[in-house]
Amino acid sequence: MVTLIVNKQELQVDEGKTLLQVCLDNGIYIPNLCHIHGTDNPSASCRLCFVEIEGEDKPIPSCTVKVKDGIIAKTDTPSVRRLQRTAFKLLMSVHRVDCGHCPANKKCELQRIAKFLKVGLKPKYLELRLKETEVDESHPFLDYYPNRCVLCGKCIAVCKDKHGRAFLTFAKRGLDTVVSSYGETDANLPCSKCFACIRICPVGAITSKDSPRQT
Amino acid sequence: MSPLNNETVQKAFGVIRDEAKRRRDAFREEPVPKIQIGMATCGIASGALETKNAFEEVLAERKIKAHIRTVGCIGHCYAEPVVIMDHPESGFPPIFYHNVTPGKAKMLAKSFLEDGDPLFEHVLGAMEENDLVPQVLDFPRFNQEKRVVLEKCGCVDPEDIYEYIADGGYETLAKTLQLAPNEIIEEVQESGLRGRGGAGFPTGRKWDLARNADGQHKTVICNADEGDPGAYMDRTLLESNPHQVLEGMAICAYAVGAQKAIVYVRAEYPLAVKIVTKAIGQARELGLLGEGVLGSSFDLEIDVFQGSGAFVCGEETALIQSIEGNRGMPRHRPPYPVQQGLGGQPTVINNVKTLASIPPIIEHGATWFRAIGTEESPGTAIFSVVGNVVHAGLVEIPMGVTLRTLIFDICGGVPNKKKFKAVQIGGPSGGCLPEEFLDTPIDFDSLIQAGAMMGSGGMVVMDEDTCMVDVSRYFLDFTQKESCGKCTFCRIGTHHLLNTLERITKGEGRDGDLDQLETLSEDIKNGSLCGLGKTAPNPVLTSLRYFRDEYEAHVKERRCPARMCRTLTAFYIDLDKCARGCDACVGSCPVEAIFTTKNRKKGVDQSLCVKCGECMVACPAEYDAVMKVSPPDLAPVVD
Ligand SMILES: Cc1cc2nc3c(=O)[nH]c(=O)nc-3n(C[C@H](O)[C@H](O)[C@H](O)COP(=O)(O)O)c2cc1C
Ligand code: SF4
Ligand code: SF4
Ligand code: FES
Repeated sequence: MVTLIVNKQELQVDEGKTLLQVCLDNGIYIPNLCHIHGTDNPSASCRLCFVEIEGEDKPIPSCTVKVKDGIIAKTDTPSVRRLQRTAFKLLMSVHRVDCGHCPANKKCELQRIAKFLKVGLKPKYLELRLKETEVDESHPFLDYYPNRCVLCGKCIAVCKDKHGRAFLTFAKRGLDTVVSSYGETDANLPCSKCFACIRICPVGAITSKDSPRQT
Repeated sequence: MSPLNNETVQKAFGVIRDEAKRRRDAFREEPVPKIQIGMATCGIASGALETKNAFEEVLAERKIKAHIRTVGCIGHCYAEPVVIMDHPESGFPPIFYHNVTPGKAKMLAKSFLEDGDPLFEHVLGAMEENDLVPQVLDFPRFNQEKRVVLEKCGCVDPEDIYEYIADGGYETLAKTLQLAPNEIIEEVQESGLRGRGGAGFPTGRKWDLARNADGQHKTVICNADEGDPGAYMDRTLLESNPHQVLEGMAICAYAVGAQKAIVYVRAEYPLAVKIVTKAIGQARELGLLGEGVLGSSFDLEIDVFQGSGAFVCGEETALIQSIEGNRGMPRHRPPYPVQQGLGGQPTVINNVKTLASIPPIIEHGATWFRAIGTEESPGTAIFSVVGNVVHAGLVEIPMGVTLRTLIFDICGGVPNKKKFKAVQIGGPSGGCLPEEFLDTPIDFDSLIQAGAMMGSGGMVVMDEDTCMVDVSRYFLDFTQKESCGKCTFCRIGTHHLLNTLERITKGEGRDGDLDQLETLSEDIKNGSLCGLGKTAPNPVLTSLRYFRDEYEAHVKERRCPARMCRTLTAFYIDLDKCARGCDACVGSCPVEAIFTTKNRKKGVDQSLCVKCGECMVACPAEYDAVMKVSPPDLAPVVD
């Protein structure tokens, strides 16, 4: 057991967990998109879970911090909120906001984060920039929506975890980065019995070809 | 290492050293002239191959006896192709010739080698002191340099290991094997050497961490990814003297307890790949690598890994991913590679120049090294100085020399009587410093303080015709494309920075753009995962800090002060200067935008003009009638 203080509240928790996990377990919400419960290599890519820790000069992503005795952390300082709001606005500046037609509506992490950070879903000041492809239908069982995807990478990680190798990967670079299925058309893929990626996706970027299309 | 082992090593190396010296002496004593040609990528790009062919032809044609020797780059890129001719019988010292075209080569062979006339008009200088020809060492471009890392570059044939050995090479490795690993690490720590890959992390400390880390299969990696636009120090070093890098790697491996090492070179450097691969083969053959190095109990294999050229793969965690066959994406640190690197094992990653600094440090000692450079940044810095500068090329200077000395004294300043405007240091991660900063000493900490950074050694000198907004746009365009796409700030943030800069250079800047650029830049710096994103906004932030008026002119007045942004400039013809009846400019215009006025002078049709500037070049100097203005509405309407 280690003892730490978050937002002036003392927590006694098991060793080995990340600060983000501990906070979430104890009802202290920190926005996050790429965090996977129990993983040892945090992807730390969404850059939302920042906290301030005493002794560190800048906010750090709480998913990369293992809890230690004596950590004093704050989850709601102005510099934390500034980074979180910017990260969120950036994500929304490349996001197709069309909740009514999205399967994730009402259970979407982005909606939750927007409410929590008190930021609108449509950012002012940043020009909206969408990818040309609205749906990638190349996969035999899955459809992928690049303009919904936040590139958290959880689908790739869960796939690798389930099947020993990932049938999904990141492709391209920079703003063009997408999740791709290598152009896989093999009907023997395990996907039709798995769909773990769909369940883990924090938004609604992957759908099953079988489910009714919401357009 | 036992004394017995020491004796074995000394004996084994003695045999190799003697053979190297024998070969060198035989070559030197042969009574024929020697022609030495610089044949690194920079030389070849300037036509060194053709020059070499021309020498071969003329020697064969005229039955002149002479040896042609190819060496690497001597750093004087402005003078390429570079040839040194040694013709002792003529009574002249070895002579350095610049810009030796094939024609010049034939001429030199005939007059110098046949008639003993060195053709003074083509001489840059002599390579040693003498009474006949001024010595190159008396020129600032030569005598203010301090060559530690590049010492043998351009002097030894990179494809012949014996030349390096005859010049003292691998002596230090032999010495190392007779010392304890921690003695080596202490010496490197004592020397104060800091990593030359950009961040300046103390090399000795890194090695010590790796030595003490748990793991049976440690690896040493030489980082030769070198992706900064305009930087070519590492390539040149590998092409010109690969053995100094390999020797440094071997010493590092011995010190940290690794048996495997990898040179990570980008595949776009085919000559470097070829030369390093050959060098490894030669070192293996002589027992300087492989099982039981020089008869000791130390084993080391070095392999070459060709990276596919993503800039981000120079970042150490992405580099490891790439070697492991994955997409080159950085990961969060810690753990650092010295704790968990390649295959989860402790891994030392050092830059090419860092590793090449090791043999001289172990040879001459930490105190010698500390005497060069500054207290906090000992040793030398290597820059590829390019842009608007007279003597462009590769320069090695002691740390602490000022920017002014480097740019104006050593590299000859700005050409064409133009004014100096800024110097960009550190490539896409660095910044632009204005004239007020020319007295900044070049060392890790002073450059950071000024808002730039050492980076890995790219330096671009810019004259008054450079638009600083456009320079920022150029670098952001680069980082935005090279972002690996993993984290939010870098992937999307750099896109918005670029988008705003593009708008500003097109005259579509808006109120609030500059503040937005500044705050977003700060957030990208603080929020990004790896060094690429953390430093990507630097070019924007420094230019906003030092050249804010230029940004404001673009946004508020739609004016580009350097008159470089096309949308914001116009060309017109000054009717007072234009010569009646002359039509030099007419044919030069690719879009037929130039018309003849009523009084047989010329005018530019602004609706057709694409602003290529050809007419300005074509207009004869005595008229100089084509004018370039910004904002474009300054151009008078002519009909
Ligand atoms: C985007 C990015 C690109 C980099 N590229 C290089 C490179 O081309 N060569 C290099 O030596 N270091 C590069 N680095 C730094 C390396 O991550 C690492 O710090 C360095 O190789 C360590 O060597 P040193 O201690 O000898 O400097 C890069 C870092 C970043 C963030
Ligand atoms: S598809 Fe979903 S889970 Fe996969 S990267 Fe995109 S947002 Fe994350
Ligand atoms: S900062 Fe850029 S390059 Fe580095 S991990 Fe993030 S997206 Fe990739
Ligand atoms: S949850 Fe920590 S960076 Fe995404």
